[in-house]
This record gives sequence, C-alpha cells and structure tokens, in this order.
Amino acid sequence: MQLPRFAQGSDPGPSFVDLLKHSGLSPFNAPDAEVEVPHGTTCLAMRFDGGVLIAGDRRATAGNLIRSRHMDKVVQADLHSGVAFSGAAGPSMEMIKLFQLQLEHYEKMEGRSLSLEGKANQLSAMIRENMPAAMQGLVVLPLFAGFEPADGSGHIWDFDVTGGRYEEREYVTIGSGGMHAGTVLKVGWRSTLDRGAAVTLACRALWEAAEADSATGRPDFLRALYPIMATITADGWASVPDAELETVFRGIEEEVRTR
Amino acid sequence: MSMPFYVPPEQLMKDRADFARKGIARGRSLVALEHDGGIVIVAENPSTTLRKISEIYDRIAFAAVGKYNEFDQLRIGGVRAADMLGFRYSRRDVEARSLANQYAQAIGHEFTSGVKPLEVELLVAEVGDDREGDRLFHISFEGTVIDEDGFCVLGGDADLVSARLRDNGPADGSLSAALKAAVAALAGPDRTLTSDDLEVACLVRADRRRRFERIEGAAVDHLLA
Repeated sequence: MQLPRFAQGSDPGPSFVDLLKHSGLSPFNAPDAEVEVPHGTTCLAMRFDGGVLIAGDRRATAGNLIRSRHMDKVVQADLHSGVAFSGAAGPSMEMIKLFQLQLEHYEKMEGRSLSLEGKANQLSAMIRENMPAAMQGLVVLPLFAGFEPADGSGHIWDFDVTGGRYEEREYVTIGSGGMHAGTVLKVGWRSTLDRGAAVTLACRALWEAAEADSATGRPDFLRALYPIMATITADGWASVPDAELETVFRGIEEEVRTR
Repeated sequence: MSMPFYVPPEQLMKDRADFARKGIARGRSLVALEHDGGIVIVAENPSTTLRKISEIYDRIAFAAVGKYNEFDQLRIGGVRAADMLGFRYSRRDVEARSLANQYAQAIGHEFTSGVKPLEVELLVAEVGDDREGDRLFHISFEGTVIDEDGFCVLGGDADLVSARLRDNGPADGSLSAALKAAVAALAGPDRTLTSDDLEVACLVRADRRRRFERIEGAAVDHLLA
C-alpha cells in the first residue's frame, strides 16, 4: 500500500467519490440486464418543533418474498443528519456507506463539516451518478433529514431518480407504502408538534402503511422488532428507544381493536 | 561536455540531513503523552486555523512539526489512504503501524531522491483499549520510524524537552496531570504558556467510533489550573 499522491491537475480535493474514481475504484456501475434484488419500502421524515424526525419500517422484499425483517433503512449520516432509503437494497446501502464516508472525509480534509444543504447536494450528485444503474432497475431513492446549526432549524429533502432535490416544509414519505403513510401525516401534521406527538404520528403513519401495503413491515411484537426511528435536534442524532415505540404501537393496536 | 563533481554519499546525506534539521529547528516543539484516559498531544501553536494536530481515522491522530505545506500534504495523503483502506476492507483494518510505514516510505524517498528533503517530523498516534495498546510512531525527516513508549517529542528542541519530561513526568495517570507535564516541558523554566499559545488534542479511550477530540480555550485553562 502506498500513500496516494496526485499531480496538481488531477487532485480529487476533499471529495471521497472523486478519490475513488481517480484510484480506479468507481463505485457506480450499471449491470447489463435487469436484475431482481431485495427492495426496501416505507420511510418518512417530518419537521417538528425543535428538529426533524426520520423513520422507516424494517422489511425488505424480493418480488413477493420477504427477504429481511430487520433491515436498517434509516441510518445516521453524521452528528446532525440522517438518511433513509427505499429502492434496491444493495446499491442503497452502498450509497449510504459512501455518503457517510464522504461527509466524514470532507470534515477531516477541510477541518469543518459541510453545511446541511451541501450534504443534501452531495447525495443528489450520487443519485445522479447512479442513473445508469437506475435505468436497469436498481433505483435508489433516499430521503435526507438534518438539523442546520447555522439557522437553528431542521430541514428535510426528497429526491427523484435524476438527482432532483426537493426541500419540503412539512413532511416527506418514500417507498411503496409512502402514499398511505403520507395521508396519515397530511391529516395529522402541525407545525407545533412536539417530539412525543411527532413520534406517535410517525408510528401511526407506518402502521397504516403496513396495513395497506404488503411490502411494508408491521411492528413485530413477537421478535421485538420495531421501526427504526430517530430525532435530530440541536443536540444531534438521538434514536427513539424500542421500549417507547412498543408502548406507542401497543396503544395503536388497542385503539384499532376497540374501533 | 561538463562532468558533475563527485560528491561522496556520506557528504550528500549529511548536507541533506543538516538542511532538514535546520528547517525543523525553526519551529516550536510538540509533545504527545499516554495517560489512563488515552493520548494527549500538545503543540505550541498560536494559530487556531493552521493545525499541527489532526484526525486521520477512528483511533488514529496525526501531528507534525516543520514546514506547514509539506506536512499538510502528508496529512491529506494519510486521510486518503486510511479512508480508502477502510472503504475497501473494514474500519478495523486501518491501523497506525501501516500508515507510519507509508509515511516513512514517502519521506525516505523524498530524502534520498527528491529535489530537497522534506523539512518535517511526524507523529502517528493510535489509542488502544488499554495503555498496552497505545501506539506512538515517530517518523523523522529521513524516514526512520521509531516506536516510542509512553511519550514522544517532536521538533528542534526535542532533546531538551524530552529531558525535562523525563525529570518531571506527570504526577498521576490523569489527563490533567499529563497536560500539565507536557506544557511545563514545552515551556521550560523561563516561560509560561497559556491556552492561547497551545493547540491541544486527545485520542480518548472511550467506547465510541471516532476518538479524536480537540480541547480548546477555557477547557485547556481548566485542565491546567
């Protein structure tokens, strides 16, 4: 192994993706034919008073089969941001790993973090690079949520397959159950939601998505598998503990039972 | 046709070593000390933006003295090498020893065949799960790697500062004692250094992924008090 050094004109700067390309390790490769791979499904993010909440179910499907019941589709990107994905699981996880590394790499190279919008822009560039693979069925559609310390507020984005980047003011949902989750959020969302109310609303949205969409996983009381959920505030990323999620979902279950 | 003068290799190496040594001696020294809670690195550096100490990877820090543009290029190379290795294999596969060897190769090559030797001295530090696991690799301007034990001093006054540190080591295993000893050794008997003159960073022996941490301003004064 040798210390990577570059001539003045071909220096990749603080970009980890460019570094990989310059070293002959391009991370974006399209297959020649359409392939059947596991897919992740419903994820959502919303703003609440003091930050943002990001959540997603745990199921991955390949065709009509359940491929995994405990996939982590919602991950922390850095201290003040997180990303969730729907779409082809393999390329999605690879892209998220690359995205996390890119943020950390930039921070180490430049001695400070990217702005939140800069991070969203990076993700958008990666989706654009993945276009050829997306045309072959390996679509990666993330959503990005974070807290910007500079303006003291949370922001959320969703993306389209061309890398289009759309900042939303209230909430975003993605994946096959996204429409149903979105309806619940649309009815229940208020700008004054506090953390607890936001958690309850997100659980409700995921529950309804799982009821209507076969590719979205329900909370699994039997195996104690609950959706991944986290809040991002001025203090950074904080996972919502399983015990709290269990209480909320038991509440929803009871409410449905007595309808 | 003109013939180049014959210069004996001993003379050539000595001239190059003198040149590098002089360049390094112009700057201030730097101290790294192991303690119970990790490794603390202290540099005399009045600038808060041009860093001598920085993060390379989860458990690995980089520190240097000498010419800023030269060691900053080496730092960037190290971050790139480490991040690429971690991406291709696993984060656990990135370790200070291999990085120190890569630095030694690069610096050694520049010393013998470059236009001029690099006027830098480097430290690659890695924090372990206990003090046994701590590593301090000291790489000198000609590419020699020394695996230092307990503490490490870089810079023109290294011998003097080392002697002071050996005579007046830290009072106990705490971070505060290590920092006090390091600052006293850097300052010597005739000067006092405050947080404004210092750049302090730690590799923390904690249960988390990224162990590198800067200690700045009031926090330094608090530890020195």
